[in-house]
Amino acid sequence: MTALPALSLVLPEVLLTVGAMALLMIGVFKKKDSTSLLTGLAVLLMVAAGASLVLDPPAAGTAFGGLFVVNEFTSFAKLMTLLGAGIALVMINSWAHTEGIARFELPIVVVFATLGMLMMISANDFIALYVGLELQSLSLYVLAAFHRNNLRATEAGVKYFVLGALASGLLLYGSSLVYGFGGTTSFAGLATAMASAEAGNVGVIIGIVFVIAGLAFKVSAVPFHMWTPDVYEGAPTPITAFFSVAPKIAALSLFLSVLMGPFAPMVAEWRQVIVLIAALSMAWGAIAAINQRNIKRLMAYSSIGHVGYALVGLAAASTEGARGVMFYLFIYLFMNLGTFACILAMRVKGRAVEAIDDLSGMSKSNPGIAMALAILMFSMAGIPPMAGFLAKFYVFMAAVNANLVPLAVFGLLASAVGAFYYLRLIKIMYFDAPRDAFDKPDFSTRMVMAASASLMIVYFIVPADLVSEAASAAQALTGR
Amino acid sequence: MDGLLKEYLPILIFIGIAFGLALVIVVASLIAGPSRPDPEKTSVYECGFEAFDDSRGKFDVRFYLVSILFIIFDLEVAFLFPWAVSLGNIGLFGFWSMMLFLGVLTIGFIYEWKKGALEWE
Repeated sequence: MTALPALSLVLPEVLLTVGAMALLMIGVFKKKDSTSLLTGLAVLLMVAAGASLVLDPPAAGTAFGGLFVVNEFTSFAKLMTLLGAGIALVMINSWAHTEGIARFELPIVVVFATLGMLMMISANDFIALYVGLELQSLSLYVLAAFHRNNLRATEAGVKYFVLGALASGLLLYGSSLVYGFGGTTSFAGLATAMASAEAGNVGVIIGIVFVIAGLAFKVSAVPFHMWTPDVYEGAPTPITAFFSVAPKIAALSLFLSVLMGPFAPMVAEWRQVIVLIAALSMAWGAIAAINQRNIKRLMAYSSIGHVGYALVGLAAASTEGARGVMFYLFIYLFMNLGTFACILAMRVKGRAVEAIDDLSGMSKSNPGIAMALAILMFSMAGIPPMAGFLAKFYVFMAAVNANLVPLAVFGLLASAVGAFYYLRLIKIMYFDAPRDAFDKPDFSTRMVMAASASLMIVYFIVPADLVSEAASAAQALTGR
Repeated sequence: MDGLLKEYLPILIFIGIAFGLALVIVVASLIAGPSRPDPEKTSVYECGFEAFDDSRGKFDVRFYLVSILFIIFDLEVAFLFPWAVSLGNIGLFGFWSMMLFLGVLTIGFIYEWKKGALEWE
């Protein structure tokens, strides 16, 4: 007889699961369009799931026979994911109504994707990892193609699906190799096996490399980034905002918990791979964005670059590095949501525009949006006094302390190159001739913009709380 | 490690025999079988009639929908058998796991029914 599992540990996941199915039933039985109602309820679900993590933090432990782990690290990552998903959901709703493709499945698919991300973050076994990852990915494929009468959106969906399936295959192949040589799929069991196995077992190393390749695809790190610009450009804008934050946070947390958990003893082997993809991502994110004329494509390359910076913290493979990654992700979350809120505000006479030149002279026609976007761009470029500077500072410091000085220097150079296109946006907004003014964005978009921009300054001035939160999350991960 | 791999040796031998046998049968029928083609033998054959049209016709996309919806419930039933056999060992946890699984599938079924995915027209 097996005891019933400790459900208190999985309360957020249970809330989202039961809630999403309830929403599905409400939606399908209601005669009228219920997108707004369901979006409201879906946001409530996420708030409830987040509140259950904050108000009644679950004691660290595992559930479902060790498949599912809960500690401060997972709670922190889950909270960020829920924040990103909740805010994106609000933006998705107002956009879906203006574009006239509001369907009640939209918020429900977002909830299912979020549920998959929470499962990924808490995965403590390769099987659980894969189940979470697939739930997330399948929902995201649907979201990418949600505007199904739009050619570019369907193309984005198909491209994402085909390449995503390939990445899942790589990941599965890698985990089967690890299982074959390690003898178990459980992270705890693998940690023991890796610690005792003779160093440099080729089979396990190949397995790890395949797993890294699969995960690198999900976080869009170079050289597995090819889908990113097309999917970001083709998918509807607020859904791109969702893509650029929530899945990245979940997949990077997963990256941390896989490599710094069971494979911590093999750090010398996997560090080389992470250093390489981090350096390539930073370089390509900086260089390839320079020629972009479409702001969504620009943001795609920008997010590739940011993933590279976050991976620098992972390459450090220390508690300090993990803290840096967590801090980076939190800042990145608001930086990106705010920027996408500004992109959503780019509407001329009811029609959405996406070219960088449309921003021309915005400081005169829309001073508020221009101001917010300028702050966010300074933060993205990592220029003080914005929180983006601190985010980069912590990961580079961690790299320096882990004797990865060349990587840190390379990162600094890449961010100097990257600063060019962020600053060019500001130049276009402030010094070029004004064009048609944008329509006044709706309340939620303005709120997201203002809140994110002010957070960039607030967290530069008083980062202590966030840093200590990130530090205790990192400690829970590495146990040091 | 060697002991682990040795356990898989019968499978390797079996794969070898399967491939070998298949190869022998194909090659033998190619070499030994009589081959005297004439126009009547090589022409397209459709139940004794001349072929009506090209065999690469388009399928209605609804067939795919029905088959995908079918597969879900097919797998569900395939999953129920091992569950039913082992129910004595897995206890309450196993029982409720399956009930939850069936519940989730039922929600999906209600959704597809209400959406009209089961209507042909």
